[in-house]
Amino acid sequence: MNRSALVSQAEPRDFIALLKPRVMSLVVFTALTGIVIAPGGVHPVLAAISLLCIAVGAGASGALNMWYDADIDALMGRTATRPIPAGRVTPGEALAFGLVLSVLSVLVLGLVANWLAAGLLAFTIFFYAVIYTMWLKRWTPQNIVIGGAAGAFPPMIGWAAVTGSVSLESLVLFLIIFIWTPPHFWALALIKSEDYARAGVPMLPVACGEAETRRQILLYTLVLAPVGMAPWFLGFAGLTYGVVAAAGGLGMIWLAIEIYRRREGAAARKASGRMFAFSILYLFALFAVLLVEQGILARIL
Amino acid sequence: MAEQPTEAGIVLTPEEKRRQRQRNIAIALALAGLCVIFWIVTMVKGAAILQRPM
Repeated sequence: MNRSALVSQAEPRDFIALLKPRVMSLVVFTALTGIVIAPGGVHPVLAAISLLCIAVGAGASGALNMWYDADIDALMGRTATRPIPAGRVTPGEALAFGLVLSVLSVLVLGLVANWLAAGLLAFTIFFYAVIYTMWLKRWTPQNIVIGGAAGAFPPMIGWAAVTGSVSLESLVLFLIIFIWTPPHFWALALIKSEDYARAGVPMLPVACGEAETRRQILLYTLVLAPVGMAPWFLGFAGLTYGVVAAAGGLGMIWLAIEIYRRREGAAARKASGRMFAFSILYLFALFAVLLVEQGILARIL
Repeated sequence: MAEQPTEAGIVLTPEEKRRQRQRNIAIALALAGLCVIFWIVTMVKGAAILQRPM
């Protein structure tokens, strides 16, 4: 028997890698926005622990994703160095780690905040690990359209942790990330389509072709731009947010048009890369302005 | 050979011992952190910890 199957080769940093820290940072930021802009108050310590629970829950779902996807991760350049395909962490260790953190994060959030927030966190973990990872990802090119819901829940969980309810505002925050996810990931998928094809993952460029992917990116971005401005239309964000959302939305549309127009060679790859990078900046800007404008400044002024 | 399982068990290499020690420390810190979280929450919430809104 392989020695690594008998003796763990893992270091603590490998378990941290299982939590997908970069994805977790976006989860933390959007959940923090939900917590801060929610009406009513919550003790800062309880807010911080709630945020930690949401982060750990998101990380746990990442560990479960890496456990299940180890076979296809090993085939793709972007993921081949992850702890399981690299042989540093065994699948059993990752599964146990993900399950323990899932249960702990949900229970502690229930005790610290309320059981609605805990239930939403549990559903998010289930949605990402089971509905997206085990079912949608290998089955349909719409995988990240539906699976994107998992990444959209954190601000709603943050809001629920403070208010104990789900409101129109938190649904709008959910919708922004939900609509943002497809063009964001498809821009990456256009660059990495060979990887996905090798692993047999039916991402849109692999299953339906690059032309259709470019068309879908443009269509989703045309929907995203007005949805991104919805907090301003609905009156729970101010003028600064409206201006940033409008400018960012126009930037997204321009980059989506560039992807649609530039279909060959280095120019096409560059357009996709720019869309992927700018989409992260766009989402970060929307939530940052909301956080400062409706959270921090609203409490000071 | 140190790398083969024997009746006495597996003999860890120095590198494996180092990693095992790091894992043990990480688990200890995580458990201590959990205890601190429960203690702080109890202090902050007081009796309200028993009242669970749905």
